[in-house]
Amino acid sequence: MIGLQIGKTVFRAPESERPEAPEEIILSTRNLSFWYGEKQALDGISMEIPVRQVTAIIGPSGCGKSTYLRCFNRMNELIPGSNLDGSVEYRGRDINDGRVDPVSIRRQIGMVFQKPNPFPKSIYDNIVFGAKVNGMSADMDELVETSLRKAALWDEVKNDLKQSGLALSGGQQQRLCIARALAVEPEVILMDEPCSALDPIATTRIEDLIRTLRETYTIVIVTHNMQQAARVSDKTAFFTVGESGGGELVEFDETHRLFTTPSDPRTEAYITGRFG
Amino acid sequence: MITLGETGTRFHTIYRRVVGRGFATATLTATLLGVVMLAVLMFDVFRDGAHEVDGDFLTSYPSRFPEKSGLRSALLGTAWMLGLTAAMAFPIGVGAAIYMEEYAPNNWLTRVIQINIANLAGVPSVVYGLLGLGVFVRAMELGRSVLAGSMTMSLLILPLIIVASREAIRAVPDSLREASLALGASRWQMVSRTVLPSAMPGILTGTILALSRAIGETAPLITIGALTYIAFDPQGPMDLFTVLPIQIFNWVSLPQKEFHSLAAGGIVVLLVVLLLSNSVAILIRNRFERRRY
Ligand SMILES: Nc1ncnc2c1ncn2[C@@H]1O[C@H](COP(=O)(O)OP(=O)(O)OP(=O)(O)O)[C@@H](O)[C@H]1O
Ligand SMILES: [Mg+2]
Repeated sequence: MIGLQIGKTVFRAPESERPEAPEEIILSTRNLSFWYGEKQALDGISMEIPVRQVTAIIGPSGCGKSTYLRCFNRMNELIPGSNLDGSVEYRGRDINDGRVDPVSIRRQIGMVFQKPNPFPKSIYDNIVFGAKVNGMSADMDELVETSLRKAALWDEVKNDLKQSGLALSGGQQQRLCIARALAVEPEVILMDEPCSALDPIATTRIEDLIRTLRETYTIVIVTHNMQQAARVSDKTAFFTVGESGGGELVEFDETHRLFTTPSDPRTEAYITGRFG
Repeated sequence: MITLGETGTRFHTIYRRVVGRGFATATLTATLLGVVMLAVLMFDVFRDGAHEVDGDFLTSYPSRFPEKSGLRSALLGTAWMLGLTAAMAFPIGVGAAIYMEEYAPNNWLTRVIQINIANLAGVPSVVYGLLGLGVFVRAMELGRSVLAGSMTMSLLILPLIIVASREAIRAVPDSLREASLALGASRWQMVSRTVLPSAMPGILTGTILALSRAIGETAPLITIGALTYIAFDPQGPMDLFTVLPIQIFNWVSLPQKEFHSLAAGGIVVLLVVLLLSNSVAILIRNRFERRRY
């Protein structure tokens, strides 16, 4: 049996390999390239993201992880002078098709940002914001409670929902942002280094949360922390900066396999800390 | 070496303390200078005019006889003008600022427009008066009405409102815009539910300052021909009108001493109106600020 140690986490190939049932694919990119003006940020990335699993994206700084993530909810198109080539598909449909409304995409594909960014409103109003702008006719009180429960924040804030979201600690704010994203009932949640501004305890809580959310949601998470990728994800993609200066996909595989028996020497160098 | 280092450090500490103290003193002096000047001015005006201000002074029309003269029509004229100006300049100014910050493409035309609006804030007010005279009074045939005056005043303060609103809108962090869009808000929902509430205190501050300026402006209204002697209440936007500063100016220019003390009384009333309208606006602003925590 092959084992590889990173920090304290020991990865082992499972005793019996899971039978490779054909996975249902929810998001995919085909030959996706992206430019900020003249600067290429992504170079021909083709990848398929399975439904109701956690997919982690790792790689050195500046290799285009955030850019790639933001292609899935069309957040990049807000940047003037940016350019996209290739296709991004959500359930088989090209989301950059002229007839697709980015607003409807963002309702299905939520996002949690690197820095917690609650609205300067009450906790309650933060949660119901998405439901209101989307014209959802849910029972708002119930929505607030279920969303906060799912994000494991309910017990801490249930007595002061009228309090400002900004009055929470960083870790609580990030869970509020996750709750807020869950409240619009998306299928996919994109997370861009959701724990980078948090301490280890808050990080553990968010990681626990990600593992529970995985039952219902598809999660794509960018992280700099390889232990984190190993702990929470089912599949991992390793990006690096290619010849063109844009990010390339080096390897994409089951997490345990990528960390124990990487097939590309660049992946091995990166995960063993010899590179990046 | 160590001794040297320590002396150097000690010297540096003292030096920094001296500079710090000196700077604090300088800024305090500057503040006091402004406050003292204002206090002397206020004291002088109040001594001359406060005794003029009573019920009769506020409710009488101007007259040839100083003892019967009052501010009624000027006060009402100022109220009308302020109301109409705010009603026109606020939505247009904020709308323009929203367009420029949130919608306008970033090209040379937009930049030219933005620079020109900033420059308009520095154009002398008489020029706006001439514009108002040509366009509103004559071409649009609004006459010397309070509406024509308010439109002229709106033009005058629009650049101020636009510039202040743009600053306030730009100060809203992009992370909030992204949060809003990522939750499925449309662009307009993002602007109206996220950007504007956060920017509103700043927008209101700018509007308050701009309206304060409008209360005191005289030149453009004289240019469009606002009258100095009005012995009736303005009933609607098309009526002739006068405003407080014009009435004051008129009294100051008369030879009799009694009218001069009436003018001082008028200034007291003008200052009170200014303070009142500012405090109302500040109250509104604070409500917004409390809402956004
Ligand atoms: N708004 C932008 N305008 C211009 N260039 C950008 C912009 N955002 C990112 N880039 C560039 O695109 C490249 C990829 O950036 P991206 O943020 O996707 O990297 P990343 O992998 O997320 O890095 P990190 O791990 O540091 O967050 C970088 O070289 C970056 O400088
Ligand atoms: Mg990033």
